[in-house]
Amino acid sequence: MAVKSYNAGVKEYRETYWMPDYTPKDTDLLACFKITPQPGVPREEVAAAVAAESSTGTWTTVWTDLLTDLDYYKGRAYAIEDVPGDDTCFYAFVAYPIDLFEEGSVVNVLTSLVGNVFGFKALRALRLEDIRFPIAYVLTCNGPPQGIQVERDILNKYGRPLLGCTIKPKLGLSAKNYGRACYEGLRGGLDFTKDDENVNSQPFMRWRHRFDFVMEAIHKAEAETGERKGHYLNVTAPTADEMMRRAEYAKELGAPIIMHDFLTGGFSANTMLAQWCQNNGILLHIHRAMHAVLDRNPHHGIHFRVLTKCLRLSGGDHLHSGTVVGKLEGDREATLGWIDTMRDSFIKEDRSRGLFFDQDWGSMPGVIPVASGGIHVWHMPALVSIFGDDSCLQFGGGTLGHPWGNAAGAAANRVAVEACVEARNSGRELEKEGKDILTKAAKSSPELAAAMETWKEIKFEFDTVDKLDVSHK
Amino acid sequence: MSGVQDYKSSLSDAEQSRKYETFSYLPPLSKESTRAQIQYIVDKGWNPGIEHTEPENATSNYWYMWKLPMFGETDVDAILAELEACHKAHPNNHVRLLGFDNFAQSAGTAMVVYRGKSV
Repeated sequence: MAVKSYNAGVKEYRETYWMPDYTPKDTDLLACFKITPQPGVPREEVAAAVAAESSTGTWTTVWTDLLTDLDYYKGRAYAIEDVPGDDTCFYAFVAYPIDLFEEGSVVNVLTSLVGNVFGFKALRALRLEDIRFPIAYVLTCNGPPQGIQVERDILNKYGRPLLGCTIKPKLGLSAKNYGRACYEGLRGGLDFTKDDENVNSQPFMRWRHRFDFVMEAIHKAEAETGERKGHYLNVTAPTADEMMRRAEYAKELGAPIIMHDFLTGGFSANTMLAQWCQNNGILLHIHRAMHAVLDRNPHHGIHFRVLTKCLRLSGGDHLHSGTVVGKLEGDREATLGWIDTMRDSFIKEDRSRGLFFDQDWGSMPGVIPVASGGIHVWHMPALVSIFGDDSCLQFGGGTLGHPWGNAAGAAANRVAVEACVEARNSGRELEKEGKDILTKAAKSSPELAAAMETWKEIKFEFDTVDKLDVSHK
Repeated sequence: MSGVQDYKSSLSDAEQSRKYETFSYLPPLSKESTRAQIQYIVDKGWNPGIEHTEPENATSNYWYMWKLPMFGETDVDAILAELEACHKAHPNNHVRLLGFDNFAQSAGTAMVVYRGKSV
């Protein structure tokens, strides 16, 4: 057996961490980084440095390295690839042994993979493009509290996308007026209304009053329509204790669903809340405020597909996914990639959708993608076509901005979504025949006709900043 | 405000206000569309099933099963005939058609095909 001796000083990373002949194990956690190096630094050295700094390495050799088997614990940079259409950067693939990560802790995985290494001087920029979580690790995580099928059974909604609406103005309403806005939307045909992400517990509307009034809105709308309804009661709070206090009160009131902001609230709080939801039979809607800070720059940060995987592991039944067609950023193929990642049990590597690895979720339930932001009835055919039934389509301004009010706006969207589903099931092509389908449906729905008249001119046609890496952008 | 229309819905006006989930905001499905929806269930590989209920009990999860789900049935006319038979036997009840997806262990779709008198 070879014996190592201690030589103090700085070693080149590639001597230890660049292993082009390494075959990743099924239990390894794999990561794909997009690396933009400082000029003149060889690719292998930078890739090895990233592997080292995100696993066992530090900048100099230390004697205590020799007290363990570092060759077992180290991250291994095992492949390098060109980035199509961009020669300032390259992809580096790193394999990490599963022992490096605490079981069931997305917190621990991220602290390693996107920790100090992102400030490393030899890099001009660094982006975590994708992670393959081995099934052995997936099964240590709690995952979504209920999952898609259970949500459908709880709410009795089958064969169509769910419909939601974020209440506006997002700040400044009193609790009673806010409850009115919810009631109107729900009685008009929505399945859900939603607290905006920055509605927590401000002086103009403390959380407890909001919860009380909103629950009355739900109960009345349910009695009126005979359908089951919910409102995402936002329990995001300054402390985890306070978050749990709000969640407990929502449960006491019989709320079917609550809400959390997983990035601003933090993964530790999110995982705690998700486990509590599972134990208490409550659905959990997840908003993603702050994500664009992390995921929008094509050269630096964390890709949204990684955040998606982390959320599925941490736990949530709904997650905002972008709309493709609305006011917020989102490339179509890339979006399809991460909505599959939310919902499916096994997702194949598919570079045309930005998926760098096969991902096996085993029996872990799926997350419903939520399309929200700048969408209205004219987008409905495309949304149903892109997202399919297992989705939640959320129209804020597109409900509340209806000239006859929230109930009419809700009814317009409900008629539109049902007309699109009926047409799709009958074999019609939604994105080609959308106008025809909506126009026919509007003949028996004056609410839809008025909505189509109000919004026909609105479009969002700015170019996407974060595109998939292809040769010709 | 003359252009603004009232949204007609109330606790007391059941006929106008009570809904039954998927397709209940559309006019009743035509014969042709009902056939297309059944064909969709068959094409998806789902098992058709029929349930019915007195309108006053419609909010329950468990409606009465009309016989057993029609496992493996792919004949649209046979499924239509069962829907009609259920309706004939219970003319005042809501009758719904489901497509059971045994892989998802959930209904893939559900729709009320005959609407009773709402309460």
